[in-house]
Amino acid sequence: MMELLTTLSTTVSTTLSTTMLLPLTFLLPLLGTLILAFSRGTLGYRSSALVGVGSIGLAALVTAVIALGFAADPAPQNMTLWTWISVGDFTPSMGLALDGLALTMLGVITGVGFFIHLFAAWYMRGEEGITRFYTYMNLFVFSMVLLVLGDNLLLLFLGWEGVGMCSYLLISYYYQNSANGWAGFKAFIITRIGDVFLAIGMFLLFSRLGTLDIAEILTLAPKAWQAGDTTVELAAFLLLGGALGKSAQLPLHTWLADAMAGPTPVSALIHAATMVTAGVYLIARMHGIFELAPVALYATGVIGALTLLMAGFAALAQTDIKRVLAYSTMSQIGYMFLALGVGAFDTAIFHLMTHAFFKALLFLSAGAVIVSCHHEQDMRRLGGLWRKLPLAYMGFVVGGAALAALPLVSAGFYSKDEILWQALAADQQGLLIAGLVGALLTSLYTLRLIIGTFHGVAQSDNARHAETGRGLAHGLPLLVLAVLSTFLGAWITPPLSGVLPPGPGEGVHAGHGALELMAAATALAGMALGVWLFGLKRSWLRPAKHGMGAGLWQLWHHAWGFDILYDWTLVRPYRGLVALLKSDVIEGFFRLLAKLVRLVHLGLSRTQTGRLRGYAATMVIGATLILLSLALMTQGT
Amino acid sequence: MELAFYLSGLTAVLATLGVIANPNPVHGVLYLVVSLLAVAMVFFSLGAPFAGALEIIVYAGAIMVLFVFVVMMLNLGQAAAEQERLWLKPRTWLGPSLLAAVLLLTLIGLLWQGNTQAMIEGGGLTAKGAGTLLYGPWLLLVELGALLLLAALVTASHVGRTTPVAAPSPAPRDMPTQAADQPVPRTTPGDKPPNTGGKPPNTGGEEVS
Amino acid sequence: MNGVPMEHGLVLASILFALGLGGLMFRRNMIFVLMSLEIMLNAAGLAFIVAGTGWQQPEGQVMFLLVITLAAAEASVGLALLIQLYHRFKTLNIDVASRMRG
Repeated sequence: MMELLTTLSTTVSTTLSTTMLLPLTFLLPLLGTLILAFSRGTLGYRSSALVGVGSIGLAALVTAVIALGFAADPAPQNMTLWTWISVGDFTPSMGLALDGLALTMLGVITGVGFFIHLFAAWYMRGEEGITRFYTYMNLFVFSMVLLVLGDNLLLLFLGWEGVGMCSYLLISYYYQNSANGWAGFKAFIITRIGDVFLAIGMFLLFSRLGTLDIAEILTLAPKAWQAGDTTVELAAFLLLGGALGKSAQLPLHTWLADAMAGPTPVSALIHAATMVTAGVYLIARMHGIFELAPVALYATGVIGALTLLMAGFAALAQTDIKRVLAYSTMSQIGYMFLALGVGAFDTAIFHLMTHAFFKALLFLSAGAVIVSCHHEQDMRRLGGLWRKLPLAYMGFVVGGAALAALPLVSAGFYSKDEILWQALAADQQGLLIAGLVGALLTSLYTLRLIIGTFHGVAQSDNARHAETGRGLAHGLPLLVLAVLSTFLGAWITPPLSGVLPPGPGEGVHAGHGALELMAAATALAGMALGVWLFGLKRSWLRPAKHGMGAGLWQLWHHAWGFDILYDWTLVRPYRGLVALLKSDVIEGFFRLLAKLVRLVHLGLSRTQTGRLRGYAATMVIGATLILLSLALMTQGT
Repeated sequence: MELAFYLSGLTAVLATLGVIANPNPVHGVLYLVVSLLAVAMVFFSLGAPFAGALEIIVYAGAIMVLFVFVVMMLNLGQAAAEQERLWLKPRTWLGPSLLAAVLLLTLIGLLWQGNTQAMIEGGGLTAKGAGTLLYGPWLLLVELGALLLLAALVTASHVGRTTPVAAPSPAPRDMPTQAADQPVPRTTPGDKPPNTGGKPPNTGGEEVS
Repeated sequence: MNGVPMEHGLVLASILFALGLGGLMFRRNMIFVLMSLEIMLNAAGLAFIVAGTGWQQPEGQVMFLLVITLAAAEASVGLALLIQLYHRFKTLNIDVASRMRG
């Protein structure tokens, strides 16, 4: 380990050569995975955690060095490790590409990932299978880094499937409870639907352009197609399909809320900060295709807007704090899709980054609350915790402020405001209004979450006997992420200028101030309304318990009933079919055939008497019949 | 010539009837010789003297002598003829005869339809023609015939062997097979002995459906 | 009358064949069974010769030679089997040798 560090430092001091370091970012997590996987449970809790957290920590360190080198020389870098396969003209390489976009993602994955890993060391203490947990987590980071660093779509797809698999493994981490297994199934199957679209999109691009290299695709595409060409629209829609599945957008969004069955650090890392934003990354990465496909791009924005509204309303009616955060994640990714849809790719990535910070903070704080309250995560059974859990409360407040875009002091304000401004600049009033309504909803459910969890009186014994979390692994991630969730985090500007095209609002300032005021006012109004409704005048919510109000609450609680709809239209028919096939309808036919053959066989074996004369007679009968029929036939003609 | 054909044909049919209806094996063989000679006469009358000569020498001469030898060797007496007479009841032969008659009628019907119009005037088929054909394009036939005879020779000398007279042992499936097939049972000496005389074990893998 | 119609020769062959067949089916004594077989083979040979002379083709004779060869082989093997049957069962009834059923 020391040798590695010295090697690192010498490399840093002499050349700052990123080409040497770049592979380390995914090789270190892979090494961690392998060590943990092959230890076969011989490692104790501490050593497992040390390997699991240490590998990501080193990867984060390497990323920091790379970032420093990149700051000195912001030129995109490519390196080809080896050629993956060589079949005729098809030679996809195992190549890495580092540019501003990849570096931003890399920083989020390793940086935020490191703090989440560290927090998990506190969160998972006393649980079984910590080695398994860190194996999957490291494997996830490995896959995710491959996803963002791959310079061709094939490598990206490898990482894409890898994170999907890790997501499945970690959602069903508590496998003794079959519901968790079903949640994992659901996530896996629904994202797989999207992946099929992505794969077909890849095939289409390859068949038309003859390459899977992303840079080559982006240079070849404008020469091959006019803007709005059917083929490129189709390709863009297929890529969008993949992104929708991974990023839990309409209509493939239903898995994310159930994915909360996994441990909370998993929700923070995979289902908030990194994996679910892979769709945003994909679209930003393939921006050249989407720019040629205005319809697909517009559809992206519309889907984002619809998702953010749908998820915002759904988040209002959840009682499980993790589900609230899950729907808010959907909603925030909806914002990113909205930004992508108006062509502001860099803004989407900026929001992706800040969202990673504050949503990771919120999830980790939620994890702190859950562990402290003996795995109680129902908001109705919590309350009054702010004195007992000051650090978690701080995390919720800072993260919630960023989520609700509290003006000026939160990171979320800067990124969300930028998105709304880009929507206005792109002249998309519909999307802008959706974004503003979404902002109002966001403030409302954030306040509902914070007030419901931390204020009022404790509603259950679990909440009354909350234990305050202690230790570095508990405190440090929350503090660092809290700092990053404030305006300090918004100071980190992703170096995207050379990679992604400027958004429509670039260089325009008319009306920006007014919009900022409007957005700020919306957020503040939402917060005030939230405090009023959920804190001061709870009686105003009484209509929500009867009649129409209760119906609406139920509708939102079940997220507009998508699950039920899919259950009735897709899952049940499929399972019915499967049940039918299980009882072997077709097999029955063949069984009948076999029985018939057997019957005939039994009948024929009766004629096997062993009497020679009988055989001769039978032969004569047969010959006579044949000759007779022959005679009749010749007579007929 | 034609008269010879019809007369010898009639003789052949009658002699054949005598073969199949005769209870005495020796008489049957003699009738068969007559029948074969009659057929040889038919060959002569049709103008195939080589075939006729072969018929007499090989069929009536060699093969029938073989039959006579066997019959003599078995030394079947009057008892065998009585047994034959018992077996030759109308109930036994009526059905098969009817079947054969139907086949005959069918054949004749087919022949009638064939309408070949060919007349056999005799002559033409000499041994020379057959010889050139046989040792020319059809040489393979000679080889096959030789092979067949060799095979028959080997088979006959093997099957006809009677010296190691194995007693008519019971068929294998009537024998108790457990002792050979199954491992030594783990029963203690005082226990009931394993089932040896009962049904053979169901080894056919009969599917229970 | 100028020559014999070919049909007549073939009809004679058919009659002989049918008689042999009948004997094959209703005789139980194996000697008679073998003799019936000889009759049938002989009838087939007759048909060949008739056809050969009818169409003036020497192939008829060639096939007749083959039939005779076949008959000789069949007779020798059949008689060997007969002796074996007699040794085993002390009878010539072929119905007793019916153990080899399906």
